[in-house]
Amino acid sequence: MKHRLFWPVATLVMLILINTIARSQFASITVRDGRLYGALIDILRQSAPLMLVSLGMTIVIATRGIDLSVGAVMAVSGAVALTIIDGSTDPNNVGVVMLAVVVALVISLLLGVWNGFLVSLLGIQPIIATLVLMLAGRGVALLITEGFITTVNSTPFEFISTGYLLLPFAFFIWVAAAAVVGLTERRSALGVLTEAVGINPEASRLAGVRSRGIIWSAYAASAVLAGIAGIIYASNIKAADANAAGQFIELYAILAVVLGGTSLMGGKFSLAGTVVGVLIIQTLESTMLFLGVPSAESPVFFAVVVVVVVVIQSPRLHRVARDFVRSARARRAAEPSLDAEVVG
Amino acid sequence: MTLTADTAYPPIVEMRGITISFPGVLALDNVDFFLRRGEVHSLMGENGAGKSTLIKALTGVYAVDSGSIDLIGTSQVFRGTSDAEAAGISTVYQEINLCTNLSVGENVMLGHEPRKGGRIDWKAVHRLAAEHLEGLGISIDTRSLLSNHSIAIQQLVAISRAMVLDAKVLVLDEPTSSLDRGEVEQLFTVIRDLRARGAAIIFVSHFLDQVYEIADRITVLRNGKLVGEYLVKDLPRDQLVTKMIGRQLDDLEAISSTAERAIDRTDAPILKATGVGRRGVLEPADLDVFDGEIVGIAGLLGSGRTELVRLLYGADRADSGNIEMVGTPAKMTSPRHAIDRGIAFSSEDRREEGIVADLSVAENIVLGIQARKGLRKVRQEKQDSVVSEYMAALDIRPADPDMVAGNLSGGNQQKVLIARWLATAPELLILDEPTRGIDVGTKADLQKKVAELSEQGLSVIFISSELEEVLRLAQRIVVMRDRKSIGELDSRRFDLDGLIDFIANEGDGSAA
Repeated sequence: MKHRLFWPVATLVMLILINTIARSQFASITVRDGRLYGALIDILRQSAPLMLVSLGMTIVIATRGIDLSVGAVMAVSGAVALTIIDGSTDPNNVGVVMLAVVVALVISLLLGVWNGFLVSLLGIQPIIATLVLMLAGRGVALLITEGFITTVNSTPFEFISTGYLLLPFAFFIWVAAAAVVGLTERRSALGVLTEAVGINPEASRLAGVRSRGIIWSAYAASAVLAGIAGIIYASNIKAADANAAGQFIELYAILAVVLGGTSLMGGKFSLAGTVVGVLIIQTLESTMLFLGVPSAESPVFFAVVVVVVVVIQSPRLHRVARDFVRSARARRAAEPSLDAEVVG
Repeated sequence: MTLTADTAYPPIVEMRGITISFPGVLALDNVDFFLRRGEVHSLMGENGAGKSTLIKALTGVYAVDSGSIDLIGTSQVFRGTSDAEAAGISTVYQEINLCTNLSVGENVMLGHEPRKGGRIDWKAVHRLAAEHLEGLGISIDTRSLLSNHSIAIQQLVAISRAMVLDAKVLVLDEPTSSLDRGEVEQLFTVIRDLRARGAAIIFVSHFLDQVYEIADRITVLRNGKLVGEYLVKDLPRDQLVTKMIGRQLDDLEAISSTAERAIDRTDAPILKATGVGRRGVLEPADLDVFDGEIVGIAGLLGSGRTELVRLLYGADRADSGNIEMVGTPAKMTSPRHAIDRGIAFSSEDRREEGIVADLSVAENIVLGIQARKGLRKVRQEKQDSVVSEYMAALDIRPADPDMVAGNLSGGNQQKVLIARWLATAPELLILDEPTRGIDVGTKADLQKKVAELSEQGLSVIFISSELEEVLRLAQRIVVMRDRKSIGELDSRRFDLDGLIDFIANEGDGSAA
């Protein structure tokens, strides 16, 4: 049997190959001032917000849930961080920036706890429970910024998204987040218990799994990761834009999770798959820029490629293809056996 | 082979050399199967013998790796269930696949509605549906919702739907598992009628009585291989069972001594439930279980058996009564509490409330101890040793811990669940219908295991619809009827008839 990451990885490699064939400098990486530059490096940097959101989304989806509020949480997190930095006397102070980030993440955590409360304790359907915050969250963010787009000039804050340590700092953030989430899920029993709850909640409850806490923690983790994504986004545009921050990101995150091979039905999940899924989406975005697809046409281009990728990965297509080969073989084998001895 | 009266009809289905393999398992190995017009043919074998795989090959669910399927002399390759249906093979599954939110008539005629001027002619739909149903001797309002009818009627609706499709072959997969005696009779009348009209019927059931009552011919499978095809009248039951399990069945005789075992009831009971009940669900009931004792709960489906143990386990919350574990009060407000106090509960609904289908066998077995331990992972060596110990002790087959649990046969899934609970070293094991829908050999294995464990000091509450099992295993039997406990009896003083009489009449006022 093929490894379940086969198709996602093959898709990613194919995309990179197509780009490289189209324009060979796509794959080239140059070193300047001890920093690496290139289209591939840009992809690693730009994928940070979607990566963080998608990692959280993977865990939530594994519990049979969905988190539509991630974009709104991003907006709130960015608004909180920038309002604190903007209100301080010294925006360039590292301590101030760190405080702003911590407060923004704590607020994000609270929003996640709220989602988890609605889903795990009150038993509200995840799509509805998180829709509440998806719609209300941006209003909260606007309230925090008093209706304006807060902008700041803060070198330490900008470092978060544009800084470099050989490679972009934002890349290290998502790698660290992926490592922390991955190790927490797989080194502890959280991963397998999450899968058990996602596959069969009632059987898990009767087996003694504390499913409530597991579901709750998934929404909390998702919100904190979205909070970090919100900070990276705000740092990149040096502003808190309550309307644009993380717009439609929940949909791209769901797409990344599915491309990575995790079923929306919950249960078995693959964080590595999600990482690849995000890289596919980000590479595709870059491809459109790189190939100079006009912006008016890019959604269509994007949609066509996604449809192709999803169809190629479809297990049903694989099964149909396999059955076709099998039955063709069976037909060939059936003919000579017609005169075989009757057994009874 | 000698021709008999019922083989005067030519074979309608000829399956030759069917081989199907799944990753790591050879499900069917070169199996032949012949089905003739006007016969009821029973497919027999233990769980995992390959019965369902063979049926699924015939109904187009699985493609065959090699072998041929001929229908009335023409070779067939089914690419899906619709191919098989179009060829005249209809299946009525264990879980009836009809639309319960549609009317009876709509269900019967679904996809074949007569039309008038491009629109569905509803009058004709219901008229035709009624005709088809009457053909099976059922007269019900075809405009009523299907969900308002009993499972038995739904099953008959599914069969008349097959008639609409002009089925030449009718596959009935465990059609009687949720029917009562009268309903089974009604179904059998329909089957006999269809047979007289020349239909070829495959009847799969775990109930030997029913097979002997309705079937003309039996094909036995074991471990994916054909054992043989026999006329029912030439194959006595004990021979059938021997052929199915490949060994003699006197294991059960050895168990019967369990019920005779004397239980020391001087110490405080492991579990003492007083007046445990829940409004609208169960009238307050008492239950004591002592060290090493097997307490049976007998009663009909819906008598409150399952409800009682669910309250004891905290799966549902009781609103009255007290529970004591070894003399100290215990609050059972969630399964966690019960587990922490040493109770384990294996639900009657294996698929929905037991197995976590997409996880591996090993993960399913470890789930119980892992849940108890919380987030700290059970060490890999410990996992491996627990898994291999219980897989061997319960003889779980195939012996592959990495196999997806959902792919195991029912009996082996049940063993996985029992392994999960035994691994938590419980003091009290509650088994709700552990032998339902599993084959004779595995049933015997399970009962033997339960008897063995109780001798080692485990206390057990054993619920089963098969009263012989309860009488064989339990030292004491609590009888339930209409959601209340109507009495407690010593199993040594009762035989099967006595127990049935007690269930039916005791406490009725009429009995005395």
